[in-house]
Parts: sequence; structure tokens; C-alpha cells
Amino acid sequence: MKKDYSIWKLLSQGLKHHEGWTPAWRSPEVKSSYDVVIIGAGGHGLATAYYLAKEHGIKNIAVLEKGYLGGGNTARNTTIVRSNYLWDEAAMLYEHSLKLWEGLTEDINYNVMFSQRGVFNLGHTLQDMRDIERRVNANNLNGIDAMALNAQEVKDRIPMINISKDTRFPIMGASFQPRAGVARHDAVAWGFARAASNYGVDIIENCEVTAMDIVNSQIKGLQTSKGYISTSKVGCVTAGHSSVMAKAAGIRMPLESHPLQAFVSESLKPILDTVVMSNAVHGYVSQSDKGELVIGAGIDHYTSYAQRGSPHVIEHTAAAIIELFPMFSRVRMNRQWGGIVDTTPDACPIISKTKVKGLYFNCGWGTGGFKATPGSGNVFAHTIAHDEPHPLNAAFTLDRFHTGHLIDEHGAAGVAH
Amino acid sequence: MFVIKCPHCFEAREEEEFSYGGEAFVARPESPETESEENWGDYLFMKRNPKGWHWEMWGHSTGCRKFFVLKRNTANHTIVGAWTLAEARKIYDAEEAIA
Repeated sequence: MKKDYSIWKLLSQGLKHHEGWTPAWRSPEVKSSYDVVIIGAGGHGLATAYYLAKEHGIKNIAVLEKGYLGGGNTARNTTIVRSNYLWDEAAMLYEHSLKLWEGLTEDINYNVMFSQRGVFNLGHTLQDMRDIERRVNANNLNGIDAMALNAQEVKDRIPMINISKDTRFPIMGASFQPRAGVARHDAVAWGFARAASNYGVDIIENCEVTAMDIVNSQIKGLQTSKGYISTSKVGCVTAGHSSVMAKAAGIRMPLESHPLQAFVSESLKPILDTVVMSNAVHGYVSQSDKGELVIGAGIDHYTSYAQRGSPHVIEHTAAAIIELFPMFSRVRMNRQWGGIVDTTPDACPIISKTKVKGLYFNCGWGTGGFKATPGSGNVFAHTIAHDEPHPLNAAFTLDRFHTGHLIDEHGAAGVAH
Repeated sequence: MFVIKCPHCFEAREEEEFSYGGEAFVARPESPETESEENWGDYLFMKRNPKGWHWEMWGHSTGCRKFFVLKRNTANHTIVGAWTLAEARKIYDAEEAIA
């Protein structure tokens, strides 16, 4: 049976009551040895396995997942994709990812529903507007689409936004990236899983790594809940649990794991056809294809692994959204959740070799990892296959916290995810 | 949301009154000028970030405005207790000696 999805297959299945579909990816038994083992079957981990198989010809790969596939932060984010970062290193990495997003549905033959509806980053103070001008110019110099808009131009594009001067933090303008947008988060994980599985990658769910076998600073294998797996290369892509994995390898990480909450409203008729973010009042909102308003904000300030946060953060977020869109004040909220994000001191990821040979970490994406999913997997696969970083992630080493070469995106780039 | 009993005010108050101050008992290297980059970077940036019991600083920012130390489980938000820095240090050192 041909594995590609197509309109013809959909039609023929429609005539057969859709009873002939097969699982999108295989669920094989775990083998005792692999060339490369990826820990964590979220978007980034599965993308890594996919690009390892596709671009680097490594086929004997396992992706281990302690829970179920795509059940961590891949399922818990607000699906915003953009690349309007300030500094060259970050901008180039996220732009690489955005370009991959643009061709992803065709590449993996799975509709990830990537919708380039644009992203507005609002400015509420004169300093916000200066920062926006600077960032827009930096973006344009890097070949990234971006423009600075005044309040009326924002209002022209989003008629229901409140640009009145009577609010606590009046909107003065925004940066706008037309190519940015949203994607269907689950489809990204499922699509990469299916595409990787078709290349022969073994995806092993319910398999937790309990210890790392390291001899003379070289990784030899992993102790897991499904037995010992020997391998000489391990890529760790475990987001909020990266510190736990690093501890098992005897490595210190500059990470703090925080809850990041989000929530969705009941479904509404189409009302918001773009993405609006604000760092100053601290909230962001878009409307999903199902009609829900998808709303998020900042992290809870304490560290936690509990996948839940405190209600006052939600209250603060809702207040911010109502300040921007007073008409949302009577919209009822439907679901709320929390994910555990691994934040770094400079708000940039770590995609790096470590002092343990054959052990690689891809972590520290903090609150904004979803947008980077394909790009992250792409450069991390290169790092693992060649045992040296891709030019795009050469600056994102763990070592930068000792040399001082931090990439200070915090606050500079509308980093609210 | 959790309730914290401030060891200075002796009152249990909601988390919103407090601000989180990060990992407790991070020792500043004694002679920064001669310290290696490795150790200095460790001191500045590296975190324990454990899944489980965590010794952490909190400030009672809308109350007495004093700092104190909390021992909290990051996996389920259970709090064992809150102490002044000096008291907490004794308990912490005793625990570290056993571990």
C-alpha cells in the first residue's frame, strides 16, 4: 500500500467508510543497539530523526519517548511561528526554520496547516517603538520581511483592536512580519513521526531513559525502562526535563524549568485573522481554525516540573487581552494547561556538543521553541551526524556561558514567544 | 498557587505576595579576579534545577520585603517549610553532610 496521502486516496477511502487507513507510523519493538538514539519524541526530536535519515543517510535510529508522542510542549504551545529576531545568530536560525516551514507540508507529505497570517508585535511606549524600528531594520538587513506600523495602520489591519489613548498602556504601533503565522502543532509531531518512520526510524513510546552509560567521557549506551540500548551517539531533546538528563550525564546546565500556561476560549465565528502579541501588557492571541481564541502569556516565576501554574498568571493574561480587545471581555474560556519550558539566561537555545563525546543537547528553547521545530531538527541532525555544529547553530553552544559570548535576545526581540 | 508562611511575619499568605528569587546558597567564588572562566560561568549561570526538592530564595515583596529560604518540591509544589537564611543554612548544611 502506497504510503503517500493524496486527494485520490482520500476519495477512495471515502467510498470505503474510511476503514482502510493504517497507523501513520510503526510502533516496533526496541532493538538492543542503534547508531543514533534521540531522547524525546516531541516535534524537535522527531524532526532531528527525520533530517538525520533524510539528509545524512543514517537509518538505524531510535526516538525514545517516556510518555506518548508529541505529548509534551509540542501539544502545549500556542503554535506561533515567526523569525523577526534582533541578533544575526538568532534571526538566521529562526529564518532557516521559517523557510523550512514554508515547504514542510509538501516535504513530509502531511498537512501541517501552516498559515502565514502575519504576526504583530505591539509597542506601547516610545522606547518600545524605538526598539521596534531597530529590530525591523535589523530584520530587513538580514533579508527578513518586517515593517514598522503606527497605531492607525495597526487599526486598519485589525479593526477591533483598541488604540484609544484612554487605556493604561495605549498602543503606539507595532512591528509586523507578514510571513509569520501559525501551524497545527499536533500535525507537526505526527507528520515528522510518519516521515521518519517511513525512513525506518524506530519510535519507541513509553520508554524512559533512567541512566546513561558513560565510559571515559564517551557515551556507550542508555539504561531505559525497556532495557539497555547500546549506542555511540545520543541526542537529548527533552525540553523542560533537560536538566534531569544532563544530571544523569554529569553535566551542569544553565537551565531553569518553569511552567508556561495557555488557554483557549469557546469556538467563535472568524474574528481575528492574524496573530497579535504584546510584551508590555504581556499577552498574545490568535484564532485557531476551530474558532477558539488561543491565548498565552509569560512564565510562572518559580521553577516547576508539575505542568501547571498559578491562576493569577491567567488572570493577568486575560486582563492584558481585554485591554487590547475589549470586545473579548465576555468570551468564555474553555480549557487551560501548562507546559514546562527550559529557559536560559540569554533566552536563546543550546544546540551543542558536550564534554561527553557522542552526547549532544538541544535544549533551552524556553518559551519559543515551536516556531523553530524544523530548523532546530535540521541543524541538530547536522551537529550529530558530523560531530560539529552546522554554521547556523555554531554560536549556540553550551560553552558560551563560560566564554561570555551570550546572544542577548531577552527583551530585545519581542521574545514573548 | 501555593500558600507560603513567611518566617519573618509568621503569617501564611498567598503566593502572589511573594517574588521568586531563584536557587538558594549559590556560593560566590572567593577571588573572582583569579577564578577560571569555567568556575565563574558556573557561578553565574549554571543551575541545579532539580526535579524534586529544591532550596530556593523568596522575597515577601508586598509584605515585610525581607528575603527567606523555602524548601519546595518542584514536581508537586509541596512545601516543607520556610526559614530565615541563617536557620535554613544550618538545615541545608546538615542535609548536604548526609547526602
